[in-house]
Order: sequence, then structure tokens, then C-alpha cells
Amino acid sequence: MNDTLAPAASDAADNLPVHPIGKVIAVTSGKGGVGKTFVSANLAAALAKRGLRVLVLDADLGLANLDVVLNLYPKLTLHDVFTGKATLDEAILPAPGGFSVLLAGSGMIEYSRLTPEVRGEFLRVVHSLVPRFDVVLLDTGAGISDVVLFAVSLASEILMVATPEPTSLTDAYATIKVLVGQQQRERIRLIVNQTTRAGSGVAITHQLQQVLDRFVVSGLGRSFTLSHLGDIPADPEVRQAVMRRQLLMQSQPTCSASTAIGQIARALAEKLVSKDG
Amino acid sequence: MLPDSLVDLHALQLDDARALLEHDAQNSDRDPGESAVHYLQRVIDGLCDLSLKDPLTGLGNRRHFHGVLARAIETVARSGDSVLLLLLDIDHFKSINDTYGHLAGDQVLRAIAGCLARCVRPVDTVARYGGEEFAVILPHCRPAFGRAVAERIRASVAALAIDIAPLQTLSVTISIGGAYAPEWVRSTADLWIERADQQLYRAKTEGRNRVCLDQPRELAVSAEEKGLLFSQLELDELALPGPVPPRVNA
Ligand SMILES: Nc1ncnc2c1ncn2[C@@H]1O[C@H](COP(=O)(O)OP(=O)(O)OP(=O)(O)O)[C@@H](O)[C@H]1O
Ligand SMILES: [Mg+2]
Repeated sequence: MNDTLAPAASDAADNLPVHPIGKVIAVTSGKGGVGKTFVSANLAAALAKRGLRVLVLDADLGLANLDVVLNLYPKLTLHDVFTGKATLDEAILPAPGGFSVLLAGSGMIEYSRLTPEVRGEFLRVVHSLVPRFDVVLLDTGAGISDVVLFAVSLASEILMVATPEPTSLTDAYATIKVLVGQQQRERIRLIVNQTTRAGSGVAITHQLQQVLDRFVVSGLGRSFTLSHLGDIPADPEVRQAVMRRQLLMQSQPTCSASTAIGQIARALAEKLVSKDG
Repeated sequence: MLPDSLVDLHALQLDDARALLEHDAQNSDRDPGESAVHYLQRVIDGLCDLSLKDPLTGLGNRRHFHGVLARAIETVARSGDSVLLLLLDIDHFKSINDTYGHLAGDQVLRAIAGCLARCVRPVDTVARYGGEEFAVILPHCRPAFGRAVAERIRASVAALAIDIAPLQTLSVTISIGGAYAPEWVRSTADLWIERADQQLYRAKTEGRNRVCLDQPRELAVSAEEKGLLFSQLELDELALPGPVPPRVNA
């Protein structure tokens, strides 16, 4: 059954081979807590509203919190799929917002180290998901751990989430540097979350691109583009929704953050379509 | 305060404890004027101390090591400090024992323990991890310095002339494997030790008397890059997402 899947490659995590899979989009960040999970879940709902079949995979194996955001506590999770106790179909759940989720489940901490087995299992799961959905969103952990880099390496599109804080931007920059160098990425899309002023995302993207050009791209012999995908304003409704365990896109579809995510979904959907055709 | 009479020292079987402390050159007698509670506390502290110590070398033992390592993981998770774990193994120790006898072997262990203790800073922890295996935990050790520190330890041991008998000295070497605490992945002591152990194995198979480190991927952003990152951005573009203003409901 798995014979169509690439076997787990060499153990050397430093040289992860990149096999980007179309339709797989990684949501990642340099620093933790900047809103990856919030963006993944709500972007999934926004894409679903546009008629796409979307699945969010909790790829933050070490510390999953998609379950909390979606208020879903299933009996069977990715952990059970990895250990053979459940089939994929049993572990895929419908989420509020019209998309599907595959939650990591507690116990995934055991998988926080990227052994060949974990890589193999992960690949197997992602490859089996791809034919069933239009978009597979990976909600990854922060930073540049083996697991995060591996999960990101599977994606054809990388969405980097950062807040306008200097520490978040520095970590985003450092992570982009690693991804450009190690995974030969040519484009990463930046989402600036929790902005307090219109236009700051564009300015931040421009600034990051300039520093990347000077310190990273110049020695590369190829181009790299950091594209600004959109800003999401800091919005008190986000916190309210989190406290009530509701999906913002569903409970407050017209608030400023939801509107921004809707625009991001449209831009992303257009990019995905234009790439196909 | 407890009245002294609540503790009847004569009713307690303290002989074994006292003998242990005596053996460790700790004063186990009750000082004149010392309260019974204070004396008992001193005996208990002495026993705790003993339970964490390797009797042959005087270094921390494996239990001590695990305690320090667990605390280091907590610190790393909260502060992002770089903590390096080194596992050190004496090369060809079995043949030293076979050739020169176990007393000579003990002498080698003691000499290396002393050397390790002299090589590190007061904040570092040196422990005897197993028979001929030692461990060093180095907090606040930036990745750029890890190799230099480990090399210094390796070279210091190699330079030792160990007296094993009158007019007979011996030189030994050690292999060192090291790994940094996983910073982003919430991990466990076992996984950390395993990564250091893999490097130790590598050092052994690559010919011994060498250092192999599992290097963390560096999040290297130079001061110049940082300066440029923020130079053009106006302050309010970098505004910290401060506390959300209270909402007035109409
Ligand atoms: N646009 C926003 N406005 C206000 N608050 C926000 C916004 N985005 C995120 N937050 C707050 O930030 C918190 C953290 O978000 P989230 O859990 O999605 O981050 P994360 O990057 O997934 O974190 P981790 O690295 O731990 O996985 C949320 O609970 C929410 O309260
Ligand atoms: Mg998250």
C-alpha cells in the first residue's frame, strides 16, 4: 500500500532533501506564539468558504494546540495513525468552519525527534492526504528544529507568520535564511500578524528583502523573493474567540481580522490557481 | 520551636549513618551545645550529599548528573540558554585494567576526575556517569565555543602523566561526544543524552582521542544584519502589540 511513497531518506537531518508536494502549504514562524495556529485554522475556514477542500494537519508534533483552538478533543489522532491504532479515515475530523483536521494528539512528544521512522510515517500520512484535498495546510512549530524543517520541506508554499515585534522579525529573518540556504527556496510568503498600523507589512517585507538580498541572496547565484501575502490587524475579537473556543471566521466573520484573513485566502487561492494553469 | 526532648537521639539507629559520614571524612559527632534537631539536619544533609557523590572520584554520581540535567532542560526551555552536554569515555580503559591492574585503573579514574574538575568553570557540573565514562554539563556555553571547550578538556587529559606506581606514569586519552540541549523541540533528558552518546560513538569509531559534537543549527544573525533590519522601519511599524484597549459596548 505504501509502495508509491518515497522511502525515508538519509538520516542526516542537516541535508534534508526537499520534495515539495503541490497543494501542501506550510504555516511556520521564527518565534513561537505569533499566531500560526490561529492563522492556519482561520485561513482553512476562509479557503473552505471559497469552495476548496481543505485539511489542516497539526504538524507541531512537540506541542500541538490546534485542538484547543478548535475545541476538538478526539479519541483518535495522528498519534494513533503513527502507532497503527487508527486508520487515516478514523483520525480525520470535520472542523467547525467547513474544513477537515488531523490533530496530533498528546503523545506526539515522543515523535519530537526526527528519526527515520517518524519521517517515514509523516511522509506516508501526507502523501495519503494529498489526493483527497485541494489544500493541505501544515500548522508547524516555530524555529528550525528537525521536525519543523522536515514538515516545511514537504510544502510547495511556505507562509511565514511574524508579528511586527523586533524579536519576531529577527527570528523570522533567521528562519528564512535557513530555508533559503538549506531548502533552496525561491519564494516565501510573509503574513504580518497583529499589526497596529496600515501598511506596516509592506514596509517590513521590503526591509527584510533588502537585508536578505545583501546577506543571503548575493552569494546565492539565484533569486529569492519574500512576497507580502497580507497583514492581519491586532483585533480584540481574536482573543474573545480564543477564550470562547470559537473559530473567529465563524463567530465574527466581519471583524477586521476575519476580513484580512478573507483577503489573504483570496490572494492565496489566486496564486494557487495561476500556478496550476 | 521544637523542644529538644521531642527528638530522642538514643532511640534512633544512627550508627550506620554516622559510620558512612565518618568514612567520608565528615564530622558525625554531635557538637557540644548543638540541638538535636540541628544535629539530625546535619546528618541528613550529609547523607544527601553522600547519595549524590561517587566515592572513588569525589565527583557527582549518575543520580546527581540526572538531577542537574533535568534542571538544565527546564532552564533552556524558559531562557533559551545554550547548554552543552559532553560525554567522555576513557580510551582502551579495559586494557589499562588488564595490563596494570585495577588499582592502577582506579588511579587513572581519580586523576582524570581531578583534571576534569580543574578544566571547567564553577557553574559547570562534572559527574562520573558510568564505569569509565564521565559527563560534563556546561550552561551558558555558546555554540561557537563548544568545540574549543571540549578540545581543551581532551588535550588536558591527554597531557596528564598519571602516577600508577612509584616511578611508573601512564598517559591516557579520552573520546568526547557532545550535544546541545534541544532549544525549540520540547525534548527529554533521554533524547539529549542519546544525541551526545551518538557523537561519542562517532568519536570512538573515527579513531578515539577526539571530539565530535552534534552542532545545533545556528540562528546566526549578525549585529550588522539586525541593525539593517530595523534601521528603515519607523518605530510605530514595530509597535509591540500592547495590551488590547478595553472595549466599550454600546
Ligand atoms: N491578529 C491577532 N489579534 C489579536 N490577538 C492575536 C492575533 N493573532 C493571534 N493572537 C493571539 O495570539 C495567541 C497565540 O496564537 P497561536 O496559538 O495561533 O500562536 P502559534 O504561533 O500557533 O503559537 P505556538 O508557537 O505556541 O504554536 C492567540 O491565542 C491569540 O490570543
Ligand atoms: Mg500553534
